[in-house]
Amino acid sequence: MRIIVCAKQVPDTSEVKIDPVKHTIIREGVPSILNPDDANALEEALKIKDQYPDTVISVVTMGPPQAKDMLIECLAMGADEGVLLSDRAVGGSDTWATSNALSAAIKKMGHYDLIFAGRQAIDGDTAQVGPQIAEKLNLPQVTYVTEFAIDDNMKDITVKRSLEDGYEEIKIQTPCMLTAIKELNAPRYMSVSGIVHACSSEADIKVWNAKDVEVDLDTVGLDASPTNVYRSFTPAPKGKGIIIEADGVKEQAKELLINLKSKHVI
Amino acid sequence: MNFQLTKEQEFVRKMVREFAVNEVEPLAADVDAEHRFPTETVEKMARYGLMGIPFPKEYGGAGSDHISYAIAVEELSRVCATTGVIVSAHTSLCCWPIFNYGTEEQKAKYLPDLLAGKTLGAFGLTEPNAGTDASGQQTKAVDMGDHWLLNGSKVFITNGGYADVFVVMAMTDKSKGNHGISAFIVEKGFPGFSIGKTEDKLGICGSSTTELIFEDCVVPKENLLGEVGKGFKVAMSTLDGGRIGIASQALGIAQGALDVTVDYMKARKQFGRSISKFQALQFEMADLKTRIEASRLLVYSAANKKDKHLPYGPDAAMAKLFAAETAMHVTTKCVQFHGGYGYTKDYPVERMMRDAKITEIYEGTSEVQKMVIAGALFK
Repeated sequence: MRIIVCAKQVPDTSEVKIDPVKHTIIREGVPSILNPDDANALEEALKIKDQYPDTVISVVTMGPPQAKDMLIECLAMGADEGVLLSDRAVGGSDTWATSNALSAAIKKMGHYDLIFAGRQAIDGDTAQVGPQIAEKLNLPQVTYVTEFAIDDNMKDITVKRSLEDGYEEIKIQTPCMLTAIKELNAPRYMSVSGIVHACSSEADIKVWNAKDVEVDLDTVGLDASPTNVYRSFTPAPKGKGIIIEADGVKEQAKELLINLKSKHVI
Repeated sequence: MNFQLTKEQEFVRKMVREFAVNEVEPLAADVDAEHRFPTETVEKMARYGLMGIPFPKEYGGAGSDHISYAIAVEELSRVCATTGVIVSAHTSLCCWPIFNYGTEEQKAKYLPDLLAGKTLGAFGLTEPNAGTDASGQQTKAVDMGDHWLLNGSKVFITNGGYADVFVVMAMTDKSKGNHGISAFIVEKGFPGFSIGKTEDKLGICGSSTTELIFEDCVVPKENLLGEVGKGFKVAMSTLDGGRIGIASQALGIAQGALDVTVDYMKARKQFGRSISKFQALQFEMADLKTRIEASRLLVYSAANKKDKHLPYGPDAAMAKLFAAETAMHVTTKCVQFHGGYGYTKDYPVERMMRDAKITEIYEGTSEVQKMVIAGALFK
């Protein structure tokens, strides 16, 4: 079985800052990490490989040359192969253009049974690239996968899909595209021997450009992207809330009314 | 001269830091308070290759180097010195002498399980009456023709209560002094071998420090490690490498104390501002940071020499001497900067201070390190 995992190197946005003039994320001094949901996607693929050792896992990403470090991390966790699509021609792509480029790369990578992606990246938070790739490759897809099981025939898959107000259980067959959420699993760490291999010359990490993946250059990059970012900004922090502690609901309501009146809300 | 870590070494730091913060740090206070050996952590470390870092893949090691090993012990010790020394004693004091002095049969028998972390290693040299003067070994090994018979006892053995494989020194010919000592590989469960008293210690409380007792202990002929009479050399060269591990542990303790103190000083307000704004304290912290970086260079330099097969004994001694004294100095200061809170168990710095002390004592006291350094100086 061959599994392709779509991953993205993202800034560690636990403390995101936005340039007030350019309205872009300030990346200087912010370490880059493997997008957390993508780590869940990779972990699920690795769990399949734990059970069926002849499984081959290929990780594909699009990004600047330093995104290779993220692929090293994926190989150190246990992936077999990494593909980095890196080209100025695809720079500035929105989700539509990104999925065009990644679909072309996946076609170039050859046969696959399953594509696993994270639900969304923590920098853009769109959750669009995975579903768009599925559309462009004409694959059935299930997003927000929170439980996954594959039959021994390596064909029939049962997943639990998380919804706002419950779950769906869905049966689907390979080839298909799934997007993972963090509840799916707990990603493993890199192993030391994995790191040694991933950093060696034997590591299978390919760097492709737009020409290599034969993508129509009119469908990728900033100019081809239909999305225009109107404005990015850091939302003003909310004021600190208060918890009204009083005996019983009536007392609490009274406290609340006093509070609201004293602030001239009512 | 190259002061840059390799990509591999940087990734090892990233991986061990994540592992330590998520898996080790949450247990550290309890492991200390309950004097509990963290077996579950050892199992997790085994899974990720942390029990065989600097050994070749052909024996089941991770195939990395001694700088990566030093970084791993440092990062583990940054949050829990007990966990750091489990890896250090196992790797440097048991796996390494078997790897370096073992026959192919011994290596094939013991290394795969040790390096995979399926078995845990320990080292027995110190005796009640043979500490710094290790040549005064009273444990005897007698050649019985088809086996060796060991009698005597060892004290202060790290990992003692949980180890499966022990590298043990014993006197095979007392008349020859140091040249009468031989090394043996002893397995838990060998007839006549038992674990004695477990020490109740000031620090590294989760580490299992025990007595080893040999009462007509039967050791197979093929478990002699190295040649008869060469045990002292095995022990001394093993300790040279072990000092890199303990220096890394000391480095990690110091770094961990500094890191939590930086956070504390930013948050703690007195006289209307964070105590990190007071220049008297800033200067003290600058001094601590400088000492830690100097320790780091000494430790990595010694590890680098070991990787390059250059003589490194005095380098390891200097690294351990300086890093251990730095750890004691830094942790004492960090408790001070925490004030009353630092003296309580609500903050980790008092544990770090107690843990730091042992690094000035075991695998050669600071005084022994000075003997090694001076010995090379006046050779």
